[in-house]
Amino acid sequence: MKAKHQRLTLVVLALAAVGGASVLALSALKDQAAFFYAPGDVKKDGLPLGRAVRLGGMVADHSIQRLPDGVSMRFVVTDGVATVPVAFKGIAPDLFREKSGVVAEGSFNPDGSFTATNLLAKHDEKYMPPEIAGKMHETKTLKQ
Amino acid sequence: MASLHTLANPARFLKLARPLTPPLFWAGVLLIAYGVWGGLARTPPDYLQGETVRILYIHVPTAWLGMAGWSGIAVSSLTFLVWRHPLAMIAARAIALPGAAFAALCLATGSIWGRPTWGTWWQWDGRLTSMLLLFFVYLGFMALLRADDDRGGDGRIPAIYGLAGSVLLPIIRYSVVWWNTLHQGQSIGLTSSKIDATILWPLWFTLSGFTCFFAAIVLMRMRTILARTKAEARMRRMAHVVEVGA
Repeated sequence: MKAKHQRLTLVVLALAAVGGASVLALSALKDQAAFFYAPGDVKKDGLPLGRAVRLGGMVADHSIQRLPDGVSMRFVVTDGVATVPVAFKGIAPDLFREKSGVVAEGSFNPDGSFTATNLLAKHDEKYMPPEIAGKMHETKTLKQ
Repeated sequence: MASLHTLANPARFLKLARPLTPPLFWAGVLLIAYGVWGGLARTPPDYLQGETVRILYIHVPTAWLGMAGWSGIAVSSLTFLVWRHPLAMIAARAIALPGAAFAALCLATGSIWGRPTWGTWWQWDGRLTSMLLLFFVYLGFMALLRADDDRGGDGRIPAIYGLAGSVLLPIIRYSVVWWNTLHQGQSIGLTSSKIDATILWPLWFTLSGFTCFFAAIVLMRMRTILARTKAEARMRRMAHVVEVGA
């Protein structure tokens, strides 16, 4: 009985130590492990110039402009705190659209704009059939 | 006395496991079949993802079982280390392969969904990377079990590894909360769901179905391991008798 308790204490202590170590490691990783910069992060911490980064947020409503060459476009990424204008040349994923999440890979320019080399669409956690999505859209526009 | 105790437990386990395996297996198969039929033929497509949404009926159960499998290994390891329960490491050993297979299926289905939805097969974001790590941890566990057998170990080292590996589970679960990731946040909570009911319902069938199926596989594997140990013990005894007789 005694040895059993001893082993249990030992295991619990070891688990707590490993758990504590990983919490420390993860909190140190917090900024590095982020998949993308949000416009608000850039406003707060300054521009990460001169290296390839990802910028993530929502594509602002009515902001997508397609340029006459057919492959270039401009749009604005927002996170509710700040906005960043983005220029992109290439093929956007099907789910890339206004008021939807996007992650742009590329780099910042000194003037605060972003040049993207690749776009990823970020899907949110809501799933619904088209009829319901349509209805929600209607009520929202009616209220506005 | 101690050997009697160790023998009694597997015997009682077998008495339960033998009749439990076929119903679990067939219930799993039927539930999966019904859920897949519902998910492919009866639910509407998603308003944004279109038909690709249907992969969730496989992806979510495989993710759940990949993680539940390691929870099982961790609990078994704890039981083995503290209470020296003879069945515990057999259970952990039995879970390792199906757990790894489901983690791999989760990564594969996620990747197939990611290509049309995100526009990429793979990105090193928090959720994807931590799940890939879990898959590697499974492979490491299986290698360690084999190495431990080869050197005639008692399973204590794999058990410590099994326990330590469980730190990955909360990391996977909360990766989408702690860091901004490409993977979306949690859709299904305990009380509410951000997936509309018309799309969600087949998921409960595939989830429970794959869980029954997983449990049946684990029971089968445990019985195989027990049978093999028994056969080996008998061979050893026979070899001994022959030696003594000669």
